[in-house]
Amino acid sequence: MKPRLDWIGAGLFAALLAVAPLFLNAYQVDVLNSIGLYALLALGLNLILGEAGLFNMGHAAFYAMGAYTAAILNTRYQIPILWTLPLSGLVAGAFALAVARPVVHLRGDYLLIVTIGVGEIVRIALVNDVFGITGGANGIFGINRPRVFGYIIRRPEDFFYLIWGCVALTIFLFLRLKRSRFGRALNYLREDATAAEGSGINTDYYKLAVFGLGAAWAGMAGTLFAAKMTIISPESFSFWESVVLFMIVILGGAGSIPGVLLAAFLVVGLPELFREFAGARMLVFGLVMMVMMVVRPQGLWPARGHQGFSLAALARAVGP
Amino acid sequence: MSQFFPFPATLNLANLVEEFFQQLTNGLAVGGIYALIALGYTMVYGVLKLINFAHGDLFTYGAYLGLTLLTSLALTDRLGFALGVLVLALMVMGLVAVLGAILERAAYRPLRQSPRLSAVVSALGASIFLQNTLMLIYGARFQVYPENILPATTLNIFGLYLPLMRVLIVLASVLMMVALYLFIQKTKIGTAIRAAAIDQDAARLMGIDVNRVIMLVFLVGPALGGVAGLMVGLYYGQINFTMGWVYGMKAFTAAILGGIGNIPGAMVGGLLLGVIEALGAAYISIAWKDAIAFCVLILILIVRPTGLLGERVADKV
Amino acid sequence: MSAADGAIAPTESALLTLREVTKSFGGLTAVNGVSFAVGEGAVVGLIGPNGAGKTTVFNLITGNYQPNHGDIHFTGQRLNGLRTHRIIMLGIARTFQNIRLFQQLTVLENALAGCHYRMSGGILAGMLWLPTQRRVEKAAVERAVQELEFVGLGQQTLTVAKNLSYGDQRRLEIARALATQPRLLILDEPAGGMNEQETEALIGLIEQIRARGITILLIEHDMRLVMRACEKLVVLEHGGKIAEGSPEQVRSDPRVIEAYLGTEDEV
Repeated sequence: MKPRLDWIGAGLFAALLAVAPLFLNAYQVDVLNSIGLYALLALGLNLILGEAGLFNMGHAAFYAMGAYTAAILNTRYQIPILWTLPLSGLVAGAFALAVARPVVHLRGDYLLIVTIGVGEIVRIALVNDVFGITGGANGIFGINRPRVFGYIIRRPEDFFYLIWGCVALTIFLFLRLKRSRFGRALNYLREDATAAEGSGINTDYYKLAVFGLGAAWAGMAGTLFAAKMTIISPESFSFWESVVLFMIVILGGAGSIPGVLLAAFLVVGLPELFREFAGARMLVFGLVMMVMMVVRPQGLWPARGHQGFSLAALARAVGP
Repeated sequence: MSQFFPFPATLNLANLVEEFFQQLTNGLAVGGIYALIALGYTMVYGVLKLINFAHGDLFTYGAYLGLTLLTSLALTDRLGFALGVLVLALMVMGLVAVLGAILERAAYRPLRQSPRLSAVVSALGASIFLQNTLMLIYGARFQVYPENILPATTLNIFGLYLPLMRVLIVLASVLMMVALYLFIQKTKIGTAIRAAAIDQDAARLMGIDVNRVIMLVFLVGPALGGVAGLMVGLYYGQINFTMGWVYGMKAFTAAILGGIGNIPGAMVGGLLLGVIEALGAAYISIAWKDAIAFCVLILILIVRPTGLLGERVADKV
Repeated sequence: MSAADGAIAPTESALLTLREVTKSFGGLTAVNGVSFAVGEGAVVGLIGPNGAGKTTVFNLITGNYQPNHGDIHFTGQRLNGLRTHRIIMLGIARTFQNIRLFQQLTVLENALAGCHYRMSGGILAGMLWLPTQRRVEKAAVERAVQELEFVGLGQQTLTVAKNLSYGDQRRLEIARALATQPRLLILDEPAGGMNEQETEALIGLIEQIRARGITILLIEHDMRLVMRACEKLVVLEHGGKIAEGSPEQVRSDPRVIEAYLGTEDEV
């Protein structure tokens, strides 16, 4: 409605975030870093789930592919961790393409189940130390700190600017992508794949491409995760990570970038505020998911106007 | 289970055959459990076209309720093993059925007219909620079924020594499946369920109360899933609040394998998956046991998404 | 199956040719050995009682279904086995019986879908919003708006499709199809749900499309429209072709009269 107000709001938010580390302690900054990582992952998943309407509940698998690629290249071949970013993205993207190729035409809820299955197979493979390079259940440790122009990124504040810089860049790129030919094709897919194909759009290609792109983003987020933690293990990439990411997209308002950011703050940040109820965290999540679907299925901050995300269209994607 | 039957030091054909049959019967027992859970998935999918993600957790509730009732009421002490377990099973079935009906009322009925994605998300939410409720009540640790209550009898069948529990599970699950099949095929209510699965609107026009049919499906499915949970507790002795997820996924795989929405399909799929998994774990790799089911799932969806007994239906354009 | 009397042998010059096309679902044969040809520049109507297999024929042409037997040729190229978007790219565009618009998107975005395959630009061009991409987008929007104006939706480009009236939704589907710049336009019940006035306007629109040199094949139950707009009719019943010819020939064909009087009273 008022695009100018939007930009002022976004600018204020960015400025507030940029100075936040000056006023917060290390722990609080670390929470913001987690939020940033989840936001990065959820923005990638949002392309697949929100823009294209493909049910992917195995996003953690692509995240894991990226993190392990970075960790293995860094610890075995001493490649600087940030240099592995493009390769991690490529590996995760290529893996997604290979996996999605035979299943991407499946109806919505079948695709959901298959992606859960893929996520589990990847996790089991990591636990079983596949090819002898993933370190089994213990994972990989001793990953180097990233170095930018000779400056070693070590403190939470350093990571804060690295991670949120990536988030900002992602938003910049994805906003443009959204209104381009490619982004529109994803929306056609979500609204009605048969009509899209009947308008001359190669729907299989776009389904695969968006899977590859979203997964590549998860892979790069995985590199950042590996760099931040210096230790990675299979338990960081469990089914529940995929569920949390799925929830962030649905809760925020699928297809909505501000919605995804808001939901990342709520889903990752709120439990940190109420640590005494940490045990009940997932219980509350479950309850919220059930209530949301009745009360506000379009999400907290739905995409607006013609870019609006339609649950009805997603429902058609699920099947008859 | 293969760790209980260590590989013989001397290769011996009789031992190999023995090992094979042990794994086969073990697979049938686990498969029977999968099949019982799969029936709940397939019935709900048949009528509502919804993957009831929370079904696996109802199965877990069966296991926990079974444990609590078993220890607190001491039924097997008072009534003897056979009658005690039977009464216990009936109580678990009843309680979990009620839970299933509450789940339908709370999580699915408000979304009956909503897009199916809403119901899927709600189902997932219900699953997480149910699971974490159990964790808050019982704690995150494994719970153990008391050993002394169950007779550690082994039966000698044609020279094979089989644990009594394994034989009972196979028999009981087959019995329940046959009973369900007859109920669905031969009774008037069963016909109503089948009609509602084919076309809800048409069924409604024929005077069938579709809401009652759905409620019934959410009573029968969870009852079978709950008793499967009890079986797992009795068979393995150990239960955990997250086990419903793995069993649920496998049972859903079984339902797809047989052809989703198809009741005999769920039975065949369950038994088949149990055997594939047991043999795969024994002869391929125990560490990859849980991955086998997921591979079967993906393969079947690629090769024949309608399942073994499902019919091919053209999408309407 | 029947070899009707005015059967036209598929010819080299025809734009679209169906030869002995059969499609069955399970045990049910929806289309049984149907042959007909559509000449360049013609307006051809495919008619018949409900359930005669008309829409199935359309879905076979556009590759939504694959025929069990028989061949479909378009400008000499065999369409069997091609995926739908490939067929659209060869120059066939279609609308759907049960309107299939992108309901949550704007009128303009819907029309842009038709422009899609003639545009360039993938992930990188989109993300970086390169000058070339900007030019391509601009040209596509111009094309789309042109087609929207052609069908009379030029004033509603930013309306969300689901908020359009029924008749406007049908016209938007036609605009989206025209935006693919087809040689053959396939319309599945274009007057379905339209009132008399809208139908009248539709007949005018069909004339205009034809005047652009675009061949039209349509399914329609509104016999007034069919008789006025089409120069040739193909009649299906129970999946088989029972008649073919000019509207006058078909109207007096005893088999057609029987087929219609036996089931419906539309003639």
